[in-house]
Amino acid sequence: MKFGVVISEGPYTHQAADTAYHFVRAALAKGHEVPRVFFYHDGVNVSTRLSVPPQDERHIQKNWTALAKEHGIDLVVCIAAAQRRGLLDENEAGRQGKDADNIAEGFRISGLGQLIEMGIQTDRLVTFGD
Amino acid sequence: MSEIKKFLYVNRKAPYGTIYALESLEVVLIGAAFDQDVSLAFLDDGVFQLTRGQDTGALGVKNFSPTFRALGDYDVTKLFVERESLDERGLSEADLQEIMYEDEDDGWAEKPSIRIVSRAEMADLMADQDVVLSF
Amino acid sequence: MSTLHTVNKSPFTNTGLQSCLDHCKDGDAVLMIEDGVYGALAETVMAERVAGRIGAVSLYVLLPDAAARGLAEKRMLNGIAGVDYEGFVDLVADHDRTLAWL
Repeated sequence: MKFGVVISEGPYTHQAADTAYHFVRAALAKGHEVPRVFFYHDGVNVSTRLSVPPQDERHIQKNWTALAKEHGIDLVVCIAAAQRRGLLDENEAGRQGKDADNIAEGFRISGLGQLIEMGIQTDRLVTFGD
Repeated sequence: MSEIKKFLYVNRKAPYGTIYALESLEVVLIGAAFDQDVSLAFLDDGVFQLTRGQDTGALGVKNFSPTFRALGDYDVTKLFVERESLDERGLSEADLQEIMYEDEDDGWAEKPSIRIVSRAEMADLMADQDVVLSF
Repeated sequence: MSTLHTVNKSPFTNTGLQSCLDHCKDGDAVLMIEDGVYGALAETVMAERVAGRIGAVSLYVLLPDAAARGLAEKRMLNGIAGVDYEGFVDLVADHDRTLAWL
């Protein structure tokens, strides 16, 4: 079965990104497909490559990057929500005249249409938020 | 798009205190381009999103409540509002904005987009969806 | 045709669980996750309302979240089943849609 996943809260403050991570791993282990995870609201903050948690804590962004790489998951960060919150990829940083970009490997910035498309193309949609 | 799915946007949060209501509306507007069967549900504090007389001037934030009145232009014409949620909050239908759409199947007659439903009808609506997005 | 409802808030600070119970239909399932697991406790002001739906609705608690919060299964209402993340996945697959009571 194909699962689409929405993460709508940021890392560390809320459990959503952690619960989603364990859920997606379990789904993949059971032979389901997770073609895409969509990050919305403060969930876009998961995608910053500048997060430096203490060494004895989980690294939420790196965990997602690794899982996506291993299983070919499309990690999509909503562009409108990301721009509000200061998350830019190289392309957007150039377009907006900013001197830095901060999107981690494995994540890509795109539009809300990707969320709707995920709802259309998957068998189940599961939202993790607060 | 060959397959049409039933999408329900569940709105249970009040506007302005958090961004959920605004960003929910942004999804609805973008999603309208996909020609799916879209319904919006307003229950619990979500009913406060539709009230008349919102004035955000002193806050310096955008008043997005007029956008609900434009939804008809996007063919988003089914806004279900739960009666019990209104009652519990001391509201009635008269406290909500008038939101109309033009029904192209009925000579472009103006019709209300807001439909007040009971809690049981809201439960039926939820049980009749393919995709539920919660905000 | 049935729905999996997820509840992730404590019922003592948020109306999510109550609203979920008010809207779920016979044959649906409710899974309590994150702080939602407190809704599974017996001997609380919520317990009677939750217990009242057991049978008509299948109630589950995500055990890793209960364990993290020190909630032993013996403190939970009878009739609430524990699941791990794989069980969560099965519940999603087994129901036609998932509705998150955020």
